[in-house]
Amino acid sequence: MMSFVVVAILVIILGFIAVRGIGVISWEFLTTAPKEGMTKGGIFPAILGTGCLVIGSMVFAFPVGILSGIYIHEYLMENWWKKFLRMMTNNLAGIPSIVFGLFGMALFVNYLKFGDSILAGSLTLGILTLPVVIRLTEEALKSVPDGLRLGSYALGASKIQTIQKVVLPVAFPNILTGLILSIGRVSGETAPILFTVAAYFLPRLPESISDQVMALPYHLYVLATSGTNMEETRPMAYGTALVLVSIVLIINLSASLLRRQIQKKTKMH
Amino acid sequence: MTKARRIYEKIVTGILFSSSTITSFTVILIVVFLFREGIGLFNSTPTEKNYVIAVSRQNTIPIITSNELADIFNQDITNWKQLGGSNDSIIRLTLNDLSGIFTEEELGPNLEYFPQKLNEYVKTTPGIILYLSKEYIPKNFAGRIIPVKKITLLDFTFGKHWYPTSAPIPQFGIWPMIVGTLMVTFGAILFALPFGMATAIFMSEIAGSRLRNIMKPVVELLAGIPSVVYGFFGLVVLVPLIQRLFGLDVGETVLAGSIVLGIMALPTMVTVAEDALHATPKSLREASLALGASELQTLVRVVIPYAKSGISTAVILGTGRAIGETMAVLMVTGNSTHVNYSFLQPTRTIPATIAAELGDTSFGGVHYNALFALAIVLFLFTIIINLSVEVIKNRNKGFNQPR
Amino acid sequence: MTHAEVNNVNVWYDTIHALKDVSLKFERNTVTALIGPSGCGKSTFLRLFNRMNDLIPSFRMNGTVMVNNQDVYSKEIRIDEIRKNVGMVFQKPNPFPKSIFENVAYGLRVNGINNKTIVEDTVERSLRQAALWDEVKDLLKKSALELSGGQQQRLCIARALAVEPKLILMDEPASSLDPISTARIEELIFELKKTYTIILVTHNLQQAGRISDLTAFFYLGELIEYNLTKKIFLNPDNTQTQNYITGRFG
Ligand SMILES: Nc1ncnc2c1ncn2[C@@H]1O[C@H](COP(=O)(O)OP(=O)(O)O)[C@@H](O)[C@H]1O
Ligand SMILES: [Mg+2]
Repeated sequence: MMSFVVVAILVIILGFIAVRGIGVISWEFLTTAPKEGMTKGGIFPAILGTGCLVIGSMVFAFPVGILSGIYIHEYLMENWWKKFLRMMTNNLAGIPSIVFGLFGMALFVNYLKFGDSILAGSLTLGILTLPVVIRLTEEALKSVPDGLRLGSYALGASKIQTIQKVVLPVAFPNILTGLILSIGRVSGETAPILFTVAAYFLPRLPESISDQVMALPYHLYVLATSGTNMEETRPMAYGTALVLVSIVLIINLSASLLRRQIQKKTKMH
Repeated sequence: MTKARRIYEKIVTGILFSSSTITSFTVILIVVFLFREGIGLFNSTPTEKNYVIAVSRQNTIPIITSNELADIFNQDITNWKQLGGSNDSIIRLTLNDLSGIFTEEELGPNLEYFPQKLNEYVKTTPGIILYLSKEYIPKNFAGRIIPVKKITLLDFTFGKHWYPTSAPIPQFGIWPMIVGTLMVTFGAILFALPFGMATAIFMSEIAGSRLRNIMKPVVELLAGIPSVVYGFFGLVVLVPLIQRLFGLDVGETVLAGSIVLGIMALPTMVTVAEDALHATPKSLREASLALGASELQTLVRVVIPYAKSGISTAVILGTGRAIGETMAVLMVTGNSTHVNYSFLQPTRTIPATIAAELGDTSFGGVHYNALFALAIVLFLFTIIINLSVEVIKNRNKGFNQPR
Repeated sequence: MTHAEVNNVNVWYDTIHALKDVSLKFERNTVTALIGPSGCGKSTFLRLFNRMNDLIPSFRMNGTVMVNNQDVYSKEIRIDEIRKNVGMVFQKPNPFPKSIFENVAYGLRVNGINNKTIVEDTVERSLRQAALWDEVKDLLKKSALELSGGQQQRLCIARALAVEPKLILMDEPASSLDPISTARIEELIFELKKTYTIILVTHNLQQAGRISDLTAFFYLGELIEYNLTKKIFLNPDNTQTQNYITGRFG
């Protein structure tokens, strides 16, 4: 019985936000900037900002993470260096997101003088996702049977050919699923962007990667906690929460669907 | 294989290698930067730059601590005797007090005569302590600049006061935050443990595959909801509820934080514990059932003991998730930096403190350093958690493979 | 004519001495069966010829292995060349999750042969040699994973044949198959003998008796006896061989 509590919690949270937020959602809400002390208007700059940050972090974390995962899983013997790398990845994964924010501020914003910018925020978020991407890549590679690798080697293929032509195509759907999930995670992160990019309110849209942006999760935080006119900003907060949750849920659901598709396909054989 | 192909392969291998190095390099960078910025707290005097603390030459006290200074300026200490000095009552002097002591003509329109006057005043006032910008201290100063003791690790860790911006002396005692973090986390685990375990057991032992296929995505979705959304939900639903239920002045309490964090730690716990339970070999179960044990007996006596280390890992990882969580806690626990041991009072955790204050600090200042030092503490917490997971994993390996 | 030979080879995995001073010669167009209890080093021996052991980090060896009068372990020779000249079929069928056509073409493609007619001709020839062509000629675009286990194994044989090796290594190729599929593989081996030299590891003594010309019996890393299959099965010189053949151990 207790376990249904878990389901109930999900239903309550989602239901609550959906019911309160749905009335606020409109075309205008999704496509215009906040107005009149954030009591009117929309959240378009925040949606756009989150999009920028997600893309920026992907550009960094996906290649580096996937390549590292391949290197760790396919190249390294079980030796101290592999253990060290694995330990580092695990540690990186366990670090709280606020610490990443602090690090991003110290390194990118202050030390490298990027200032509060999309660049600094994306890199910070990218580093946060790095261990996630590495791990999911490793898991995906682990699920590729060794027999396939041996079969390829036996035909005279080199290691890189084997990885390119056999291992990666087989692992690809699983890697893709993991990547989609990691996008969901990035789009909801607040703590790492607090001090690296997020702006309280910007009347203009960003023009380059050295601009600040608004971001959905931070915007929700601002609306929820620091409005001067709580009564009137509340509806905007519900709307923002609904948009944020919907984005994350759509991303997660598509990952689930994809995974189910893969499982069905592999089961068939 | 052609030469071009071989060169190509060398390059690809090189790229793969460098990518993997970036990861470990990043961890080291994080540590370096945290310490670089955090260690500054213990190397500098906590007073603001360009300000000095001075006393009369007759005063025999060689050095003063920040706590003593705070007490002096809070008027908790009023006589030098209390600090082991001579029996003179303490007379405080800051820029704000000038008008009570000197007239405007005496000081001049732009305070140009002030250093001179100050010298005279210091000579005749053995009990004086002053906190002033360096520019007002004359060259032939009649008083003595007294050094302020640097903050020690002990003050930092067990100090009960966190007043990061108070003048003349900020105080950086993180004990309230340590207590807050531990209490909120402990409460979260207390809340999540029964529900999490029940769910894990239900999913792996009782539910059919159909139900399991519903529960799994539910748990995943729960894990996917962003923490601000949890915080927001807590703020608009839970906090008012708690306030009414317990008749409190404010609903933002340790309890609210614990519940929200508990919910957030649930998915981690359920997933890890469920995997552990699921990994119990079928043969073990069947052996137990074949001996006439009931399903429940099998669960309690065979499955759970077998999965014990996996379950502890689940709890520890859940703790890790809870301890580092920032936004949700920040939103529902009420931002109080006073030491508090009650679940129905506001508090503030370490990550919440960093998030709340870092925006107001100046780069390189003591407050900035202090927040990084706080992050180091948080970092250490998570390292401990990671290590204990490793230890459990390794011990379990040895146990499962006796050969 | 000698096709492959092994001289005084020792193999270790860390401290395990997996092959002890083994010497053996293989004549062209023969089928040699390697038999012995599991763990006696048959697979290790087989993998010497295409250096698949090199993929195991703890592997160490000394002695010489010659294929076509070339030292397989010499520094000058490139590993992919060796593997192209030596085909291998594994215990479990391991077709790539690609189309049937691409599976057979794989060996050509990794060796840089992409000419359409060459590839198509080779695929057809290999599938015919592997006695699979008639069953799959209309399904070439289908995923290889949709074939039955026995078909998959014949596909793997076709895949190996496509790079035109002369020596084919088979490590218990029928052990995961049903009796009918096994029979087809055995027929196939019999056919292939005309053009290829085959070294076959098998657990199944009847199988060794049916299809091999020569048989080598390994025990605990040592080559105990090597002779005509008839001789080994009817009248072995060594009592250990006798015991193994008659099922007294192993
Ligand atoms: N990858 C490996 N790592 C370590 N030892 C191995 C490995 N492969 C085989 N061995 C050892 O070498 C010996 C021979 O193994 P193998 O050649 O597989 O025997 P067979 O094929 O006859 O069963 C065994 O003792 C086995 O434990
Ligand atoms: Mg074997």
